[in-house]
Amino acid sequence: MSQEPLAATHLPLSRWGISRRQLEGRIRRRRWADRIIRGLMVASVVVVLIPLFSLLIYVGRSGIQGLDLAFFTQLPKPVGMPGGGMANAIVGSLILVGLAAAIGVPVGVMAGVFLARSTSRLADGVRFVAQVLNGVPSIVVGLAVYGLMVVPMQTYSAWAGGVALALIMIPLVTLNTEEMVRLVPRDLNEAALALGVPAWLATLRVVVRTALPGILTGIMLALARVAGETAPLLFTALNNAFWHQGLSNPIASLPVTIYNYAISPYPEWHQKAWTGALVLVAMVLITNVLARFFGRSRYDRR
Amino acid sequence: MAVPIRVEHLNAAFGPFQALHDVTLTLPARQVTAIIGPSGCGKSTFVRCINRMHEETPGGRVWGQIYLGDEPVYGPDVDPVVIRRRVGMVFQRPTPFPTMSILENVVAGYTLLPGRPRDLESLAERSLRQAGLWDEVKDRLRDSPLNLSGGQQQRLCIARALAVEPEVILLDEPCSSLDPISTAKVEETIMELAQRYTVVLVTHNIQQATRVSQHTAFFLLGRLIEFGPTEQLFTNPANEQTEAYITGRFG
Repeated sequence: MSQEPLAATHLPLSRWGISRRQLEGRIRRRRWADRIIRGLMVASVVVVLIPLFSLLIYVGRSGIQGLDLAFFTQLPKPVGMPGGGMANAIVGSLILVGLAAAIGVPVGVMAGVFLARSTSRLADGVRFVAQVLNGVPSIVVGLAVYGLMVVPMQTYSAWAGGVALALIMIPLVTLNTEEMVRLVPRDLNEAALALGVPAWLATLRVVVRTALPGILTGIMLALARVAGETAPLLFTALNNAFWHQGLSNPIASLPVTIYNYAISPYPEWHQKAWTGALVLVAMVLITNVLARFFGRSRYDRR
Repeated sequence: MAVPIRVEHLNAAFGPFQALHDVTLTLPARQVTAIIGPSGCGKSTFVRCINRMHEETPGGRVWGQIYLGDEPVYGPDVDPVVIRRRVGMVFQRPTPFPTMSILENVVAGYTLLPGRPRDLESLAERSLRQAGLWDEVKDRLRDSPLNLSGGQQQRLCIARALAVEPEVILLDEPCSSLDPISTAKVEETIMELAQRYTVVLVTHNIQQATRVSQHTAFFLLGRLIEFGPTEQLFTNPANEQTEAYITGRFG
């Protein structure tokens, strides 16, 4: 901050009814207020960044020791045997997140577009349900899917895990899509209609197309969020020590495997849990970075 | 090609508020008809009834009839999409589609529809020439339209409306967000359009009406107060309210 000379003499101070000294006093107070507020904001940023970086550094330092090729290619070994990896859990997580996306993305995007374009009471109802679903604790989602799918099917399964994760994704994607579609100016829709484009095409190829980067970003962030969920998988996908055996059987996932290893009494398993955590954090971070990338539109200038 | 627009007992409302009351007039073909009047007098609503855009506004209702030539605009068998192909429109603020290039914008009236359109490049060139924009953009057709100035964006929107080969062009205050130089260019374009199309120009600017239009309609509080040749309406208005408005006593 450069210090400009206080209170220029050419100002018509008498008209404002204050003396030069009073004006200088005010300006000095404002400069101090400015410094204090700036200081508080920088401090807040540091407070936000400290947990993030300490977490990343701690997970990185603890996890990197167990990181080798085997971790990505081998199945877990029994306690006491050296080596082994979490390849099945990594593949399992990808399958579960893929299932969740296959169910959650179409439902969420279509519901979101509907909410943004409709003024009906049905839309109000759907929006309310989405907001409630968004607030449901993830463990409750897991229990509900346990009752709805695991009990009737008489087995834990990848399907149940995928549905549980989809139920968490749907409100996130729906509400974000609605927001993004609403951000598109009405003028664009009208301009397309005025060209003689039918309403559904104008919605799809102009309005949704314009909102697409934001919609994709929301999808990626929702994927990153469910990739790290543990609670909804505990009673649905369960876990599995082997490669996946079809979608109707229990399947391993990174969060649940990390959980099991972390609560075990064996130090070498704790090491594996840290490495698993590092891999999971890396996957989520990469997804987030990809989301930012998709969020840039074709014509964004730097 | 260009057809006159016959408006008969047209009424329009937003929910309970009636914005237009029993408007009857005929807008001649191959001329510019200016629609003037103070804010909220129903000018925009009037032109939005001609291409059936008014009904896209929540609560928008229309009764009465409009004919393009001899064909009705309103009726159970009339598809608004077909009407909008015949009646192009340019809005107050430029509305280029931000996800498309300049070239794609011009031909959007074709590419947004299913099916493989015909020779789009020459169509785009012709439309851009008609809108007086070709020389300014011919070397950057693949660029974003958002890099163009406001006036260029507005002429791009005019080119986009012309590309679908309409019979009527509606311009809803096309210059209200433009600087004087851009305004002059758009006005020049409007005057050239009148050689081929029926042009309806809503304007806040009385001087603009006198510069570019052959006929002028004056609206007040949702009613058509006076309609006639521009020169006559501005030099010798039949109605006191018209005179009060054009001499700047209100509005």
